[in-house]
Amino acid sequence: MTTLKGKGVYGAIALGRISVFTRREASVKRTHIEDIEAEKARLTKAKEKATEQLRAIYEKALKEVGEANAQIFEIHQMMIEDEDYNESIESIIETQSVNAEYAVAVTADNFSEMFASMDDAYMQARSADVKDISNRIISCLSDEGGSDAVSDEKVIICADDLAPSETVQLDKDKVLAFVTAFGSSNSHTAILARNMNIPAVIGVGTELLNTVKSGVFAAVDGYTGEIFIDPDEETVARLEKKRKEDEEKKHLLQELKGKENVTLDGRKINIYANIGSVDNIGAVLANDAGGIGLFRSEFLYLESSDYPTEEQQFAAYKRVLESMAGKKVIIRTLDIGADKQVDYFGLEKEENPALGYRAIRICLTRPEIFRTQLRALYRASAYGNLGIMFPMITSVSEVEKILEMCSEVKEQLKSEGVEVSDKVELGIMIETPAAAIISDKLAPMVNFFSVGTNDLTQYTLACDRQNANIEQFVDTHHEAILRLIEMSAENAHKHGTWIGICGELAADTSLTETFLRMGIDELSVSPTFVLKVRDAVRKCDLSK
Amino acid sequence: MVSKVVTVVNAEGMHMRPAGMIAKAAKEHTDSEIVMKANGKEIKAKAVMQIMAAGIKKGTDVELIVSGGDEQAVLDEFVKMFEDGFGE
Repeated sequence: MTTLKGKGVYGAIALGRISVFTRREASVKRTHIEDIEAEKARLTKAKEKATEQLRAIYEKALKEVGEANAQIFEIHQMMIEDEDYNESIESIIETQSVNAEYAVAVTADNFSEMFASMDDAYMQARSADVKDISNRIISCLSDEGGSDAVSDEKVIICADDLAPSETVQLDKDKVLAFVTAFGSSNSHTAILARNMNIPAVIGVGTELLNTVKSGVFAAVDGYTGEIFIDPDEETVARLEKKRKEDEEKKHLLQELKGKENVTLDGRKINIYANIGSVDNIGAVLANDAGGIGLFRSEFLYLESSDYPTEEQQFAAYKRVLESMAGKKVIIRTLDIGADKQVDYFGLEKEENPALGYRAIRICLTRPEIFRTQLRALYRASAYGNLGIMFPMITSVSEVEKILEMCSEVKEQLKSEGVEVSDKVELGIMIETPAAAIISDKLAPMVNFFSVGTNDLTQYTLACDRQNANIEQFVDTHHEAILRLIEMSAENAHKHGTWIGICGELAADTSLTETFLRMGIDELSVSPTFVLKVRDAVRKCDLSK
Repeated sequence: MVSKVVTVVNAEGMHMRPAGMIAKAAKEHTDSEIVMKANGKEIKAKAVMQIMAAGIKKGTDVELIVSGGDEQAVLDEFVKMFEDGFGE
């Protein structure tokens, strides 16, 4: 048994086999081979396996995201069969007597170069598809023996760190726990783990990937941050017991379902849920959230290979609103940039992306993108109780511009005879110190505020969310942050504007009473935290 | 051999989805050789990457040439795909 320790970011226990997450862009070595025919046979086998994987992904996508979005994986299968592509690979193997991995990698470079040099942004982005299928073939070539990647067993994912785009692609039904060598408690892996209700341990250090191997049995304790690799019987028994107790405790919380979010002295508050995709609605309803306080619309953009159309967006928003059947649904407009990148936006690499071209800044300078989203949102508004929220606000003039565009879009739709709700609430995120400081001026302009504590913390304390080295300096309870929230709450209420908190801090039950005393009207948390926060609210007595 | 000139009507031109549809259809007709001529290039209809790489935009004339198999029926099928804007 080997024990490693990192930082637990979600308290839960998992026991199962490890699957090491390998990035498909592994470096490829050029090796000389003797048997050209054998190498070509290896290639054929790998291609068959890659095609089989793509067929499975296509089937899965077909069910989850519909035919239009699944089609890409069918085209990827065709690309693998492409004559020119294959001729190139085989001729490199034959003429240079090299390994198939190398031949695929060189061919991938040539073909993706060809697309990248085209004068059409859409076609330029296709070079990523060539790289994607090539990497898939290369990974099929390299793990000819092991087949744990296609197993149906749930696994503990071990990785150096996971990018948002990588987590999107993970099959979430097959993840027991996340363990990463790097990453901070604000990283996407951590957020995802909380959303999924599974243990996560981060910052284990470089020895993680030197120690773990796919297929090895392990136990993860998300409370203590410990990982037991190949644990002895005693450890297995101890953790299995802890896991059962844990489940019982969570079961007790379930009994709070259907109960009100009310303090002992009668103060009521709304507890909503944060979600990042239509798939999470089940979790929102299962955990009895009163609404959706933050629906991140980025998934529509992150999962797509081109700008999602008004129709696609409308369909997604309508589905959420209808599923929530009249309960409040607050959809945040596009928050791309910084740590969430999308190829087809063609954003330049920035020195300092958190302070860069992101979120509302993109929307205000590329109004065509913003207008498409606003049109889709307003069209969907007729199907439920919609709130629209704008991220990364720093000034009054930004809000003026946004409100102007909103009313333009609304009027335009009405003139087209489209049904639009007149009850759409508009709100802004308070996630920059600037917005909190001028909240007295912003409050009369909107219906609600929602405090994004993750970014507010990062900007107030000058601490990069993604930098694990400065974790010790990130004091999420810092007085400066709490004062900014309190100030925003006071200013909001002066103007009849309501205020919620949708950042990670909203789920921190050691602050629930503090927030209630500030007069916060709504807390929006991961679906799995709704009942825990309800429990905390019901134990508060503000009269004391 | 039969041929016909068609014009690309899709706003996005011959991007990934139409290219995929053409290549898929071309592969189903194993008896026919289907070639497209556009922008001075000759493109094999079953080579999805060639079609994409040709960068055929909206309004471009494409000559469809079918040889072998049930030529006219295959040609008609492809002409219809172009005219329908590949279902977009």
